[in-house]
Amino acid sequence: MNDADLVAPPSQFRALYLARLRDFVREPGVLFWVFGFPVLLAVALGLAFREKGPERIPVLVVAGAATDPLAAAVGASSLLEVRRVPEAGAADALRRGEGLVIVRPGTPPVLAHDPSRPGAAVAVALVIDALEVAAGRRDTVAPRLERADAPGRRYIDFLAPGLVGMTLMGGGIWGVGYALVSMRVRKLLKRLAATPMSRGAFLGSFLLHRVVLAAVEIAFLLTFAWLAFGVAVTGSFLALAVVGLGGTLAFGGLGLLIASRARNIETASGLMNLASLPMWLLSGVFFSTANFPEGMRPLVKALPLTALNDGLRAVVLDGAGLAAVGLDVGILVAWTVVTFGLALRWFRWA
Amino acid sequence: MPPSPPAPILAASAVAVSIRGLVRRFDAVVAVDGLDLEIAVGECFGILGPNGAGKTTTMEIVEGLQTATSGEVTVLGRTWARDAAAIRERIGVQLQETVLDPLQTVRETLTLFASFYRRCRRIDDVLADVDLHEKAGARVKHLSGGQRQRLAVGCALVADPELLFLDEPTTGLDPAARRALWEVIGRFQARGRTVVLTTHAMEEAERLCDRIAIVDRGRVAALGTPDELVARVGGEEIVELATDPPVAAAALRGVAGVRAAHLEAGVHRLVVARVADALPAVLAAVAAAGARPVRLTTHRATLEDAFLAVAGRSFSDAEAAAGRAP
Repeated sequence: MNDADLVAPPSQFRALYLARLRDFVREPGVLFWVFGFPVLLAVALGLAFREKGPERIPVLVVAGAATDPLAAAVGASSLLEVRRVPEAGAADALRRGEGLVIVRPGTPPVLAHDPSRPGAAVAVALVIDALEVAAGRRDTVAPRLERADAPGRRYIDFLAPGLVGMTLMGGGIWGVGYALVSMRVRKLLKRLAATPMSRGAFLGSFLLHRVVLAAVEIAFLLTFAWLAFGVAVTGSFLALAVVGLGGTLAFGGLGLLIASRARNIETASGLMNLASLPMWLLSGVFFSTANFPEGMRPLVKALPLTALNDGLRAVVLDGAGLAAVGLDVGILVAWTVVTFGLALRWFRWA
Repeated sequence: MPPSPPAPILAASAVAVSIRGLVRRFDAVVAVDGLDLEIAVGECFGILGPNGAGKTTTMEIVEGLQTATSGEVTVLGRTWARDAAAIRERIGVQLQETVLDPLQTVRETLTLFASFYRRCRRIDDVLADVDLHEKAGARVKHLSGGQRQRLAVGCALVADPELLFLDEPTTGLDPAARRALWEVIGRFQARGRTVVLTTHAMEEAERLCDRIAIVDRGRVAALGTPDELVARVGGEEIVELATDPPVAAAALRGVAGVRAAHLEAGVHRLVVARVADALPAVLAAVAAAGARPVRLTTHRATLEDAFLAVAGRSFSDAEAAAGRAP
């Protein structure tokens, strides 16, 4: 054979991107974590917090000859539910949470409760109220009650954008970080460094893969939430795209930063958990960040997942446009710039 | 052809790799300690030595993957500091221990590597070269060890390099897979291209290499053709002998026909001109020492014997001394 025939090579960026895509679709386990897991969470939590009729607070009325008037008085309240228990089992029933207060007959009747249990004080107040009404108290104000749990204000409405944010974080940190570290462990990064491969095309293939996948993830989860729970996007789709892109890049940068020097999977996994666990807890995936003490809130707000979740909730629930999510997008852009800057400086091929 | 003193400017076009005074330190460890080499265009050059001798470090510096602590390296007349991109276009590299992406197919892997270069070969040509045509659609995870290694070499050949680096290409392969890979390397070299390979398989070095540098403790301990190096052993054949009870090396060193004797782990390694002439006297000396032979083998002198003669210690001794230095 003489000198080999040389031809123009295939597109480098396309070849790198196709490799990313094949790695993704040929690893079925990854598909579960990206699509199955958030849907399972949404279904489980959506069912646990599903819409119910007006919830009645259970009250334990001790069974006995003199309890009928008491049970009738408590049962007359639209907010209370009577559960009859024998005296011997009353304390246990309270401990198990079957009721929040025990009502014992007597003159006056005795109300037993555990003040540390959430809602116990409300239950006691409602029982007193019911007993007073039954005894002939005349109410003069009689406020009118209205429901305030229309779509957009339910727990599932709060949860759905949080799950999108959580999925984007996992995809960025694990999708980029894990892939790069396993390439380093397999000495594949070093092998690539021995070719004229464009470092920019290599990095770009990871980013494009993340951006495309994030778009699919956002569309999939929000469509699921819409069809299954009626959670509708009320704001601008442009703002949704910008917030989603910002989150994808910020977490891609974080994954890149974590992967920039880690030499083995164990170190990288530890760092990735270290980065993502606090945000799972602090950034308002499952409950509002308003629960944290005042002093912590600026710190919590600066986390990328908080910014992403706040931005997504503003767009999905509050009908926000691009201008209203400016702060959140700004925080995400800052994280993107800082993480990429550090990662590119520290990145180790071998 | 002795390499020193070279005439750098005149020889430049014929020199594929030139290494002068190369030193590489890792904290306290000196992996490469003043190494000089000149590798000519068109030759297959072997770097031979035990683990920890500095082979891989030297290769990776020449491949541009590590930087030298001091010393000068030129590759195809260029330096890494000035012409990194041009060098990378012209070399092909196979690294020890690279695990290619198990989820990609053979063709996809080669296509990916081909895409990095300005010009590349047709993928079908590369597949034919490394005998993987039938496996083109198979995922890497389903390949045998030998097929994976041929694919790794295929990745190094996609751009038809002028210079091919192979780091222990056949380590861990069975004899048939080893021979298949040697054929691939032989075909490449037959086109007048340069191959630099590290090995610690003597058979491989003898079979493939035009010239060999024996590296020990980060320096070139000996340089020459395989025959020249084997000639340094001082004899043609080797007798390996264990006795019960053990006999001192001194008892066999003076025996007629024995040119050198070395005792390691209870086994005597005797260099002799001809086994048939020396063996009766050796056995007589063993009997005279009140012992009997319990194991006796003979073989033609190899590069491992050459290493022993040059370095004064065997491969396994040298590896134990070096630990697992980088």
